[in-house]
Amino acid sequence: MTDFRETPAQTAGPYVHIGLTPWAAGFTAFEHELGRDIAGPNAAGERITITGRVLDGDSAPMTDVLIEVWQANAAGHYPGTGDVEEGFQGWGRVVPDFATGVFSFDTVKPGPVGQMAPHITLWLVARGINLGLHTRLYFADEDAANARDSVLAQITDPGSRQTLMAQPEGAHYRFDIIVQGENETVFFDV
Amino acid sequence: MTDSRSFAPRSRDWHPPDLSEGYKSSTARAPKAPLLRLDPTLSETSGPTFGHSDLGSLDHDLLRNYAHGGAPIGERIILHGKVLDGDGRPVPHTLVEIWQANAGGRYRHKNDSYLAPLDPNFGGCGRTLTDGGGGYRFFTIKPGAYPWPNWQPSWRPAHIHVSVFGRSFAERLITQLYFEGDPLIATCPIVNTLSDPQAITRLTAQLDMDEARDFDHLAYRFDIVLRGRGASVFEGHDGAPG
Repeated sequence: MTDFRETPAQTAGPYVHIGLTPWAAGFTAFEHELGRDIAGPNAAGERITITGRVLDGDSAPMTDVLIEVWQANAAGHYPGTGDVEEGFQGWGRVVPDFATGVFSFDTVKPGPVGQMAPHITLWLVARGINLGLHTRLYFADEDAANARDSVLAQITDPGSRQTLMAQPEGAHYRFDIIVQGENETVFFDV
Repeated sequence: MTDSRSFAPRSRDWHPPDLSEGYKSSTARAPKAPLLRLDPTLSETSGPTFGHSDLGSLDHDLLRNYAHGGAPIGERIILHGKVLDGDGRPVPHTLVEIWQANAGGRYRHKNDSYLAPLDPNFGGCGRTLTDGGGGYRFFTIKPGAYPWPNWQPSWRPAHIHVSVFGRSFAERLITQLYFEGDPLIATCPIVNTLSDPQAITRLTAQLDMDEARDFDHLAYRFDIVLRGRGASVFEGHDGAPG
């Protein structure tokens, strides 16, 4: 092999759950499925639930999407590059209800990472997505930190910036992702 | 805040574009606004890692990891290869996951209702960690082609979906491999989201008789390259596709 360009991507397709979350596809093949517990039992910090939907350009919920989550712990540390609590994965896989498209996941609220405001990295794959889409979830109740965040600072349009803000609603945060159209979520070329 | 271990932006001429007119599902699922360039920060240059304790002993063996008293129907194959970085160096101990239809082209998924039957002994998913030399190996059956609705009724060539992590979340990649010699490759609207014929060649697993085992299974080789670091990655490698 002499061509070291990155292997080109192809869509994960509608049945991505078979490979990455067999429980959601409706069967069991592995004793231990990966990505089902992001924070683990020992993580310090505020326990939060994030709920939302992923909508396409027709405002239809993308019921077959799979979202991967990557985040720091409450101290702002990632596994592998800093100290984290035993069992803290910082990573998980989120699948919506196939009928309604509503997803929900439990975790701890991440702390600031260096000078960056608390945020969760999200990576979306699905039928019709040819190369996984990167975005970030920030917290609307972190005004001061968000105002200093260097990534948010690149988004000059206030409405676009708002698409990355999870809104506190009672006991959980609401975060809808609009893949295409009005109020389209900002996606990053990482 | 840019991390020193940075990445060159992905080439959107090499990867499929978000919107590919020939692939109907992409038309409502491609962002309209251009992606915003984000120089990778620690949030992208870090990433999850996995160990052998995360996996079971049969996870890489699709001939056995869903066996319910028998073996799956189909052409028995070994799928193997290496995971390399953009400099051609092996990427050890990284998670590779695959999923696929059975020999009749049917997925074991609650949303797949294709008329080909499920195989009671085939789940269709596998996973493994690369070894110290970046190598991986799965035992499986060759999946069947199947029909699907696009702008018009279409057929998917036999394919296996592949997910790989690499060393950081910025490297996260999902793709599909096809099988050398399959005439359906050229007709597939999903394959043809790729505009560069070399990219399609790179997704075509090669028959590898050296790894076939007499009276047991054929073998196919599929090497995976993760994205490189630095700005010069896309220059200087003009050799034949591997």
